[in-house]
Amino acid sequence: MLKRVHFPTSLLPYLLVAPQVIITLVFFVWPASQAVYQSFLIEDAFGISTEFVWFENFTYLAGDEQYLGSFGRTIFFSVCVAVLSMSAALVLAGFADRIVRGATTYRTLLIWPYAVAPVLAGALWVFMFNPTLGIFPYILEFVGVDWNHYLNGSQAMALVVFAAAWKQIAYNFLFYLAAMQSIPRSLIEAAAIDGAGPIRRFWDHIFPLVSPTTFFLLVINAVYAFFDTFGIIHAVTQGGPANATTILVYKVYNDGFVGLDLGGSAAQSVILMVLVIAMTVVQFRYVERKVEY
Amino acid sequence: MASITMTDLVKAYGDVEVLHHIEGDIHDGEFVVIVGPSGCGKSTLLRMVAGLERVTSGDISIGDKVVNDLEPADRDIAMVFQNYALYPHMSVRENMAYGLKIRKFAKDEIDRRVQEAADILEIGQYLDRKPRQLSGGQRQRVAMGRAIVRNPQVFLFDEPLSNLDAKLRVQMRLEIRKLQKRLGVTSIYVTHDQVEAMTLGDRLMVLNGGYVEQFGTPIELYDRPATLFVAGFIGSPSMNFLPATANSGTLTLGNGATVSGAAHASGSVTLGIRPEHLVRDENGPVRISAQMFEQLGANTLVHGVLEGTDTDVVASLPGHVTAEAGSVMSFKASASDLHIFDSTSGKRIEE
Ligand SMILES: Nc1ncnc2c1ncn2[C@@H]1O[C@H](COP(=O)(O)OP(=O)(O)OP(=O)(O)O)[C@@H](O)[C@H]1O
Ligand SMILES: [Mg+2]
Repeated sequence: MLKRVHFPTSLLPYLLVAPQVIITLVFFVWPASQAVYQSFLIEDAFGISTEFVWFENFTYLAGDEQYLGSFGRTIFFSVCVAVLSMSAALVLAGFADRIVRGATTYRTLLIWPYAVAPVLAGALWVFMFNPTLGIFPYILEFVGVDWNHYLNGSQAMALVVFAAAWKQIAYNFLFYLAAMQSIPRSLIEAAAIDGAGPIRRFWDHIFPLVSPTTFFLLVINAVYAFFDTFGIIHAVTQGGPANATTILVYKVYNDGFVGLDLGGSAAQSVILMVLVIAMTVVQFRYVERKVEY
Repeated sequence: MASITMTDLVKAYGDVEVLHHIEGDIHDGEFVVIVGPSGCGKSTLLRMVAGLERVTSGDISIGDKVVNDLEPADRDIAMVFQNYALYPHMSVRENMAYGLKIRKFAKDEIDRRVQEAADILEIGQYLDRKPRQLSGGQRQRVAMGRAIVRNPQVFLFDEPLSNLDAKLRVQMRLEIRKLQKRLGVTSIYVTHDQVEAMTLGDRLMVLNGGYVEQFGTPIELYDRPATLFVAGFIGSPSMNFLPATANSGTLTLGNGATVSGAAHASGSVTLGIRPEHLVRDENGPVRISAQMFEQLGANTLVHGVLEGTDTDVVASLPGHVTAEAGSVMSFKASASDLHIFDSTSGKRIEE
């Protein structure tokens, strides 16, 4: 005979989860539903009349060249940020994994950029690349590059990519290092005995064995580049010059709060929301695959 | 094929010396087992031969070349790890071919060697599986396959069988032995299991606390253990140690009984007698009050204490023996089966 175990019902568990539920409702669910509602409305420029238009805002976006251009730019930006910050992190982790002495110092130093606020990170890069005062334009002049990201769209894009990637390196580094340190030492030693040098060991064994981490970070970095880079863009280029760095999140802000097209901006934010949900689903579905040693 | 020579070998981690002045010669084609309790430095010694740990001082030579500063890859060795260390993202075939591929062997030569090794180890049907799809014993074979395809000068084994169940362990032990004899490759094998050591090794190096206690054939170690440690470590059940006083050819035991022997010793010594060397004899000098009997079928282990003392003694008697607990049994042992050790240094005192 199996006996059912009855737990006494009590209010306590509900009380304990209540703050989290309330925060989620007030700061996520409510604004999100407002955005969805808002995206079905068109408001005149003076805010006097609003009209319920179903999907008109969305169909407009689908044909809007500026919006599509921004979409393409965002994808380009994300790919650049993800590739740059992940490969830098991979190389750094590869070195840090080999160090025995002073390893904690290196690790701590490499983690610092993550603690810097996006706007500050942006400001840092703005100073370094300021066309008249910055150190890098000064150096670049010697190799014949005329740096002015206030005028040159590609240079502006490069700058925000650097700034955004730099900030994410620390996070990627931590995950890569953890993944590398979970590879059994003896496996790498076996490869050394088999005759593989350090670089060969890295490509033949370490890189394939951290591939689940690579996939995980790919999603995380894409989400980061899509949604978390507003602060950097705002501090560095404000989307300019001539919209060269206006990625989707920035366009939401620009169209909504500067251009005051609330319906269109809400529709854009709904699209972003769908994208982030999709990426999260992908991540949850596939990331759990682990390597067995 | 090659011989291995270790000269005044020392390993220290920081200020802590874990291996002290190891000396040893391993002949071409010989199978040497390094055996000792956990933490005595067996793996460290093996890893120094492999080139995975740096030598603090002293020399290791393989063939007639000092290899102290050579990378593992340049020492022409192969190693089998305790956890097998197979590459999890590669198939069995790729695992075995990896070392050959790096050494730029021709494709058909690689295929031929992998096939040959797979045939020897009977893993032909698993060649396209990933290591995680194999059982422990099969992984073990793949690890050995990876070692033998390269045709190295030296095989190194670090407790390769300790993750297998008892039955498979015995079977693989025999196979490793046969394989080594067939290939004739100089081998060093690390284990903490004295039975494994006795059955596998041409010679055994007994390590304790970073010192070599004795280096000799299994029979030498069994018949003439050089120290108390070796005497207690080799043989199962382990040797009985009885404190005694030696005086011109007579040993006086704790309870006053006398045994003749130890012509060259005097003062306080330890008398060692193996359980299987105690023979029942009505008038024998070693009287044991039996406390417990263990029936093993072929023989019986009598556990007791030396009468009138609390020194534990075990005797192994052929066949089935029963007696009341508490009854006193008398034993003798032939003079050649007595081992006498200096009580303070633990060194054997030769007759
Ligand atoms: N990296 C290290 N730093 C400091 N001490 C170490 C290091 N590696 C091993 N030791 C010490 O060296 C000694 C020998 O270790 P080793 O691994 O060779 O033992 P072992 O005989 O193989 O033991 P086991 O049978 O448990 O594998 C141990 O006391 C260990 O604590
Ligand atoms: Mg060990």
